[in-house]
Amino acid sequence: MSLLSEMNEKALALGIPLSVHLDLTYRCNERCIHCYLDHADHGEMSTAEIEDVLTQLAEAGVFFLTFSGGEVLLRRDFFHLVEHARRRLFNLKIKTNGVMIGDNEARRLRQLGVEQVQLSVYSHRPEVHDAITKLPGSLQRTVEAIRCLRSHGLKVTIANVLMTANSFDNDGVIALANQLGASYTVDPTVTPKIDGSLSPLALRIPGHELHNVFRNPQLVPNVGEFCAAPPPPDKDVMEGYPCSAGHTACYISPYGDVFPCVQFPLPTGNVRRQKFLDIWRHSPQLAEVRAIRTKDLVTCSICAHAGTCTRCPGLAYMEGNMRGPSTADCEKSLQRTGIPGANMSPGMAAIPHILVQIQARA
Amino acid sequence: MGETYIARSSAIAARMIGGEMMIMSAADSTFFTLNEIGTLIWQSADGQTPLSEIVAKRICRDFEVTPEEAARDAGQFVDQLSQHGILLVSDQPIGGAASVLPTP
Repeated sequence: MSLLSEMNEKALALGIPLSVHLDLTYRCNERCIHCYLDHADHGEMSTAEIEDVLTQLAEAGVFFLTFSGGEVLLRRDFFHLVEHARRRLFNLKIKTNGVMIGDNEARRLRQLGVEQVQLSVYSHRPEVHDAITKLPGSLQRTVEAIRCLRSHGLKVTIANVLMTANSFDNDGVIALANQLGASYTVDPTVTPKIDGSLSPLALRIPGHELHNVFRNPQLVPNVGEFCAAPPPPDKDVMEGYPCSAGHTACYISPYGDVFPCVQFPLPTGNVRRQKFLDIWRHSPQLAEVRAIRTKDLVTCSICAHAGTCTRCPGLAYMEGNMRGPSTADCEKSLQRTGIPGANMSPGMAAIPHILVQIQARA
Repeated sequence: MGETYIARSSAIAARMIGGEMMIMSAADSTFFTLNEIGTLIWQSADGQTPLSEIVAKRICRDFEVTPEEAARDAGQFVDQLSQHGILLVSDQPIGGAASVLPTP
């Protein structure tokens, strides 16, 4: 087991929130067509409020901290908050579109010991990227920012969300990332808006394109293994918990609301009214999330993919039941392996699990 | 032989979790967990206190270890962490707020 895995296990056992994602603002200078946020400012936390939250997070044992948004550099106190966080020795990751990052900003981020900067690039073609962000010239500015960040020695990751508007451009973005010395990560998940609107879902790439993404050797190092039929879920899988949301990780909005994850809008408390640790330790909603084991999941517990599915409890919650399936992940499991899940064809998908139970009895 | 001074680098992330100090180097993302004595040395690394004094007044006082053994182990520990940029080492006191962060 790696030291990082050991740290996760220890944090889980001790109830420590190892990772926190803090959105500093929902305001943004881009208007991405798939974005889930409401960009109006409804009363962001002040500098002093965020400083206090950061102090509380350090005391709670948070190690990995992500500043995101919205566009974080739209906050005038952004570098002050970065410095405040780094003085509390967080491992700090910044998510930004980079259009406000030049040489001075990149140098400052490096001086402050930021671990990594993640920027969204949707296409290597300006006409495609800029049409998604609705900001003319944005690809050029983001690429310039990456060059500045790399020239100061910062680790940079390019995040490539795939949707109908750019689904054929991932190879071009990979080549761009290689050219810039950046890491690359791809995500084919478009989520509902934070207000529950499902309008962005029309941008999700269709199943047959997802099928091709999972078989692209540039994206998947071992396609055979990745796309193999899932092994029958065993007892460890059934007794396991679905993901780290609410267990060792959580999300805080610019208004102080605490959720299990940025994609899991279950209200659990607000740091403007309560101490963070009171919410983390005593929220009934977090207790409910933590109590869920794979065996408790409706449909998913009898699915052949139970042990390998990327099921997102937050997306399931947004579909109406945090113990239910998240259909986007059912689709991913199907396209990855060719085997329908229990949510799609209950009879077929349940067979491997039933077989395991029969074998166990024999 | 001259004194050795050690200071905590600002290019790290660190947190005490379950009685162990977890440290990650921003320079190369190397991850360390420090035991009790390692944590004590790291917390004492203020850039002003000689390593010999940290060993004599903190380690030998609090742990059952001979001064020679403690000095040798502390030297190896400091070498290892300095190679990953987690500790700064000098034969002069190390000053400046930029290089030394408060004890977590």
